[in-house]
Amino acid sequence: MFGKLTWDAIPFTQPIPMAASLGVILVIGAIIALVLWKGWTRYLWDEWITSVDHKRLGVMYALLALVMLIRGFVDALMMRSQLAIAAGGAQGYLPPEHYNQIFSAHGTIMIFFVAMPFVIGLMNFAVPLQLGIRDVAFPVLNSVSFWLTASGVLLVNLSLVLGSFARTGWLVYPPLSELAYSPDVGVDYYLWAVQISGVGTLLTGINFTTTILKLRAPGMGYGRMPIFCWTALASNLLIVAAFPILTATLAMLLLDRYLGFHFFTTDAGGHAMMYINLIWAWGHPEVYILILPAFGVFSEVIATFSGKPLFGYRSMVAATLAICVLSFMVWLHHFFTMGSGADVNAFFGVMTMIIAVPTGVKVFNWLFTLYGGRVRFATPLLWTLGFMCTFVIGGMTGVLLSIPPADFVLHNSLFLVAHFHNVIIGGVLFGAFAGYIYWFPKAFGFTLDERLGKAAFWCWLVGFYLAFMPLYALGLMGATRRMQHYHETGWQPLMLVAMAGALVILAGIVLIGLQLYVSIRSRTSRLDRTGDPWNGRTLEWSIPSPPPPWNFSVEPRVQGADAYWGMKQAGKEAAAQEPQWQDIHLPRSTPVGVVLAFFATFFGFAMIWHIWWLAIAGLAGLTVTALVHAWRVDSEITVPALQIGEYERRRRNT
Amino acid sequence: MSLADDLTRPVEGDEDTTPYSERGPAPIDVVAGFGFWLFLLSDIVMFSALFAAYAVLADHTAGGPDGLKLFNRGYVLIETMCLLFSSFTCGMCSLAMERRSAGAFHLWALVTILLGGAFLGLEIAEFSRMIAEDAGPTRSAFLSAFFTLVGTHGLHVTLGLLWFVSMMAQVATLGFQPVVMRRLRCLTLFWHALDIVWIGVFTIVYLGARW
Amino acid sequence: MQSLWQSGVLDPQGPVGAAERLILLNATAIMLAIIVPVIVLTLGFAWWFRAGNTRARYLPDWEYSGPVELVVWSIPALVVMFLGGIAWVGAHDLDPSRPLESETKPLDVQVVALDWKWLFIYPEHGIASVNRLVVPAGTPLRFAITSAGVMNSFFVPQLGSQIYAMSGMATRLYLQADNPGKYPGISAQFSGAGFSDMRFVVEAVPAEQFATWLASTQGTGEKLDVASYGKLGRPGLVDTPITFGSVAPGVFESAIRNAIQ
Repeated sequence: MFGKLTWDAIPFTQPIPMAASLGVILVIGAIIALVLWKGWTRYLWDEWITSVDHKRLGVMYALLALVMLIRGFVDALMMRSQLAIAAGGAQGYLPPEHYNQIFSAHGTIMIFFVAMPFVIGLMNFAVPLQLGIRDVAFPVLNSVSFWLTASGVLLVNLSLVLGSFARTGWLVYPPLSELAYSPDVGVDYYLWAVQISGVGTLLTGINFTTTILKLRAPGMGYGRMPIFCWTALASNLLIVAAFPILTATLAMLLLDRYLGFHFFTTDAGGHAMMYINLIWAWGHPEVYILILPAFGVFSEVIATFSGKPLFGYRSMVAATLAICVLSFMVWLHHFFTMGSGADVNAFFGVMTMIIAVPTGVKVFNWLFTLYGGRVRFATPLLWTLGFMCTFVIGGMTGVLLSIPPADFVLHNSLFLVAHFHNVIIGGVLFGAFAGYIYWFPKAFGFTLDERLGKAAFWCWLVGFYLAFMPLYALGLMGATRRMQHYHETGWQPLMLVAMAGALVILAGIVLIGLQLYVSIRSRTSRLDRTGDPWNGRTLEWSIPSPPPPWNFSVEPRVQGADAYWGMKQAGKEAAAQEPQWQDIHLPRSTPVGVVLAFFATFFGFAMIWHIWWLAIAGLAGLTVTALVHAWRVDSEITVPALQIGEYERRRRNT
Repeated sequence: MSLADDLTRPVEGDEDTTPYSERGPAPIDVVAGFGFWLFLLSDIVMFSALFAAYAVLADHTAGGPDGLKLFNRGYVLIETMCLLFSSFTCGMCSLAMERRSAGAFHLWALVTILLGGAFLGLEIAEFSRMIAEDAGPTRSAFLSAFFTLVGTHGLHVTLGLLWFVSMMAQVATLGFQPVVMRRLRCLTLFWHALDIVWIGVFTIVYLGARW
Repeated sequence: MQSLWQSGVLDPQGPVGAAERLILLNATAIMLAIIVPVIVLTLGFAWWFRAGNTRARYLPDWEYSGPVELVVWSIPALVVMFLGGIAWVGAHDLDPSRPLESETKPLDVQVVALDWKWLFIYPEHGIASVNRLVVPAGTPLRFAITSAGVMNSFFVPQLGSQIYAMSGMATRLYLQADNPGKYPGISAQFSGAGFSDMRFVVEAVPAEQFATWLASTQGTGEKLDVASYGKLGRPGLVDTPITFGSVAPGVFESAIRNAIQ
């Protein structure tokens, strides 16, 4: 009846997972109780869960990412504390069976369920506003994407309570992830969670590529598009080209595990190395899917807070597109040590380095944007400066690792771990935080507390260096990644420093939460009535904060790059007469996204536990929902001109 | 009129010297079509991963039967012809719907479904024969890759057939209104794309079998 | 601190490791020459052009300069051309499968990664050992490496290059220990529950001592054959190194084919 699912799936005998799952259940229970008690169900359903408004979806993506950041960070703390004590003969407090799940979950969560939703959230919120349009190309699809991501999140977290997660690392390399070596449900949790959320991401890629290429305000030619939109375009093109490879690769592993196929098995001619090639053919572009939008955020922030246009706009666009193309030609550098031969290794090493050229150009252009500016040290700019100083170090170690003979001694070492945290924390995460603080007032109509924000930044910066510089050194000392304990007691002091760094980062996370709390409490004193708290340059600052559901009451006409800056210089806004208001059509809210995700979650769960009847029911639910939705005729609502006029008059009078 | 419709500008022969990229949001037909093209591209990327896997594993027969022994090219040629002709009849569907001729549309859609169904039937028969001969997907890595590649295409054809049925029902109940026309255009694109993928399968898998 | 670096890749004990350390240090130095000024300029520009500094000139429209753009593209391009040359030459000179230049005939060692232990077979001498690799110092070592199941990576940090141990195939690797000593070896590719203890030690000894060791080991103790290999292959750890005084023919070849279970 319930397939492989029995009472044994609940970790009654293991105190740590048990406590963790009880904690998660309590928090979720408390939130549900609060919603019911306050009577917010109706509001949440109407205004958020069924919303197809890109701004709402962007906020929900960011919230999801922040919540999962805590989950992933708890994993990190456990790993660091384990390694701080498991030196010499000591085994620490986490046995391999548990520790191996933690580092696998940490990587999976941080990439798929923190970094991805965070950058996708920022793109959701900002891209249509910067383009001067009312929504994305396919608003309902956008909601489906979000809820499928949420479905993946739910499945990953379920593995805490029921069964276990993969013990194979975040990319589940076969043959270790094959049934012969990983017979339990851990790898299946990974595969279904990533597969379901991956479909959501692919749909996002299609949606945003179409939006940016086909829907821009009149006058916004490619040469006038904000740089964040350019980086979002490159990122989404990469999603469209790379995520199908992930889907196909994971599907092959699923077939091996479920139907006894032999793609990657050690017998019957299976070829595990093909998996490693395919997964990195997705995996390396994935890195740029994450970092390019972060580059876009930094570009916007640095121009705004320097009070200058971005230096070398065309260079920046060219560099972005060069990175986009080159990112598909370097995947083999993740496994120089496979023995592919000197020519192959040398080719991929040099290709990898070539990416450093456009990246270096970007850094220089940011530098010259500062030059001649009137630099205001607001929190988003601090994150940007912190990024510039930190990221170049990560770039340097990245180029080092791209030299095959250097990689032969550094591959899979803690040096590598330090390198990719250096670029992902120092690049993607710093960018996500800069964007979060930069666009927060636009989303909610009040600014975030600067003092706490700066404290959080310093904790993250200092914590990062404390936590990861020792790992560079340890890697050079011969420490490899994913060890649960080590024999060399001499490494312990550095491990303790890294642990201390993690605790400082913890303070940074707490401060970010505190900043949000304090700012909400004091929001009436920090309202943004202008809609333009930072003296911004792009169109999103030309409308009220928070923007009305239709974003722009009058379709903006773009006259040049930095459209809003130009309007402000020309003093148009003040002189504008009351225009002829027109009816506006908006996409209608629909529960189709959340319903599809509901069935997808059951389907994934049923597949994980081999509950075939439930899987069939889930699939049937998905099909019926899709069919019903495919029959819709009227998917828009009309906001009458009168209402828009009233809204604008009220706004001007306050 | 939708959000994008009222922004439509004349495109051909107009006096407007504004560059295309500065003319504002594209009409919804263009947006929907463009999005679907992107989806098809992503689908083809997925197929190319499966093709790559097949190319790598084609000689990993693990002592089992190879392609030359298993494939009957004459049989597959008939299969191929069914699919290629269904693409032609699908084109006739397009002409019928552009003329807003429901009768012709239903007729050609039915022929397309029959041809697609025949293709699928032949494929299923081939699969069953191979599995009965102990040449199923679990026999060797080569056969795993074969069944996955060809089976994924077959799954797409199945979905396409269901889509055709659903669109016939939509045309019957909703008529050729703009939203239905958009869906129909996407469906025909999808169907032709499956043909292109199949030509790859026929060439690489069936004609390429020489080990 | 000095002692900490011992046993790491910055304390190489053979020609491969030494060459790799040199590349590592050279490349780092070249890049630091760019990185450090960039960091200094970032902080310097940000500070000098701060909003409150009345002496700094505000250039609100300065957004393009041809000469600056030229420099901005040239600097990284030149550095990458230079480093690319190092990478290209290095990848060929230090290709793991490239024989080392030496007067001495290389010693063949076949390596099988098992769950979670390393089996070393000396095909010319008909002996084998587990988790302990005794080699003559100053002699090139020619490894053929495979895995009985999951993937591992054979790595002795102080000797240089690592390479994957993969089921169904054998990878080639040449290394050499210049000086006698004990060098820790690990698996550098996560392989499951016992991964952290999948360690071995390389004992480089003078040539005559190696000959003595061979003589004292040959013919003594257990024989490595299908039965003992099967026992060894069961998942688990080996705490103290084992030696086999004789080896049945074809153990390594069938390990590659994955034929013995």
